[in-house]
Amino acid sequence: MSMRGLRSRRSRVAEHVLRIPRSGIRDFFDIVSQRQDVISLSIGEPDFDAPWHVREAAIFALEKGATHYTSNRGLLRLREAVSRYVERNFALQYDPETEILVTVGVSEAVDLALRAILSPGDEVIYHEPAYVSYAPLTAIAHGRPRPVVTRMEDEFRLRPEAIRRQLSERTQALLLNFPNNPTGAELSADDLRGIARVAEEEDLIIITDEIYAELTYDQAHTTIASLPGMKQRAIFLHGFSKGWAMTGFRIGYACGPAELIEAMMKIHQYSMLCAPVLAQEAAIGALLDGLDDVEQMRNEYRRRRNFLLRSFAQMGLRCVVPRGAFYSFPYVGELGLSSRDFALRLLEEESVAVVPGTAFGTCGEGFVRCAFATAMEEIEEATERMGAFVARYRKAGA
Amino acid sequence: MDELLELLKRNALETPENLGKMLGLNADEVRKRIAEYEERGVIRGYQAVINEDVLALDRVNAVIEVKITPERHGGFDRIARRICKFPEVQSAYLMSGAYDLLLFVSGRNLKEVATFVSEKLATIEGVVSTATHFMLKTYKQHGLMMEGEDEYERLKVSP
Ligand SMILES: Cc1ncc(COP(=O)(O)O)c(C=O)c1O
Repeated sequence: MSMRGLRSRRSRVAEHVLRIPRSGIRDFFDIVSQRQDVISLSIGEPDFDAPWHVREAAIFALEKGATHYTSNRGLLRLREAVSRYVERNFALQYDPETEILVTVGVSEAVDLALRAILSPGDEVIYHEPAYVSYAPLTAIAHGRPRPVVTRMEDEFRLRPEAIRRQLSERTQALLLNFPNNPTGAELSADDLRGIARVAEEEDLIIITDEIYAELTYDQAHTTIASLPGMKQRAIFLHGFSKGWAMTGFRIGYACGPAELIEAMMKIHQYSMLCAPVLAQEAAIGALLDGLDDVEQMRNEYRRRRNFLLRSFAQMGLRCVVPRGAFYSFPYVGELGLSSRDFALRLLEEESVAVVPGTAFGTCGEGFVRCAFATAMEEIEEATERMGAFVARYRKAGA
Repeated sequence: MDELLELLKRNALETPENLGKMLGLNADEVRKRIAEYEERGVIRGYQAVINEDVLALDRVNAVIEVKITPERHGGFDRIARRICKFPEVQSAYLMSGAYDLLLFVSGRNLKEVATFVSEKLATIEGVVSTATHFMLKTYKQHGLMMEGEDEYERLKVSP
């Protein structure tokens, strides 16, 4: 038998891709999509359209003929605007020529960062419940994801000691996301310092996904990259999807040490070439226009957050106060249903969609994610129905 | 502006319970603050924003630019208040620039408004001149678009 014959019996899909489980979000999406008239609290993007000034900047650029490739790193005007923005708002200084890369959203930036720093078998520590892409992208980069569990009792904070317990010879990086999707958690100044110390002592690269940095409700956000000694080991990822409601533009950026940005650029130039020029122009518009639109949206999110929290309290559900992002992560485990069953029955009986907490890691069991990136009227209606549902199941259980 | 007022401006029918939940107050506190605003004259009333274009009403709306001679005592205020007394006048503003008062006026038909201008308004002592513009179509008022645009589709579940 020829060697070719042997080969053809192997799987056509790469083994490390085969091993990646189906996304819990996709799974749930397929179920929800079959239903009409659903009120959805399961949408992880702003209900607002991008601010008109941003859209206008894209239209204007299109009229001028912005239809071409840009530099691999992205338009210099955008990198300069990003540099000014992160300096003013996060006390971070990056050289637009060598330390900033414009990407197709934070999604691509996470992928690039992992692929740029991981050799096969290297480990990445991240915290769960977590955004859905971290573990799969680590695996795709031939790395090993090492989750650290965060808990409701601890307000989903990430403790330095918990990170230390996951360290091994192969730990290459620590991947952080605060404000957090799906819990809304932020880190305290103490936690930040403690985590920075671990990174320093263990010589870890920090990849920090700060896509919700503008959306904090009680206190301005501090990035770990701005702590002493962190800049040389941090890859700061940010973008326009959430704060500026620009998800469909697909635009973000990475800032970091020139060596790492250069390595990311190496991959980006071949796999992506450059981020779409119109999205880049729109992003320039967003940065030049100031933060008024962002602030208005933030104020609206804050009111919705307050409303949801009160509603959960009235239902008798425990929920950590989300300090940022636009997600709440109430605990529904007391009702005797798994997260998935809770979500399925709520959809079935009340036509309200929430995401089972397990989509964000096994430790999400007992929780559901309710986003408040949905109009107030819908949140009012959804919480009313959810309240009736919870009361019914409590009674049945009692 | 107080967040409570902003919310009421957007939707005056929102219940005190819901307003309280958004603002971290209880419903009674919200009622009390609304009552205070009413008392102080900050809140002057509550109205629906109506798209009259779809109602086929016997009604025309016009804006009128009015030039007046200010008086030695009282400036524009006395004449402006007098003009505001007419029920035809819906809104009135003192303006900078080429004229002094801008009036929003409505009537049953063109003739009625024209009569109001020539017989009531122009004859007031101190009114120097008027220019009347009839409104043809309303696109946006009070921050609201008069024709709903189809919402662009958003996925029902996303990460
Ligand atoms: C934590 C987190 N990171 C990244 C993304 C994706 O961002 P982008 O649209 O910039 O690719 C999301 C979107 O939901 C997110 O929640």
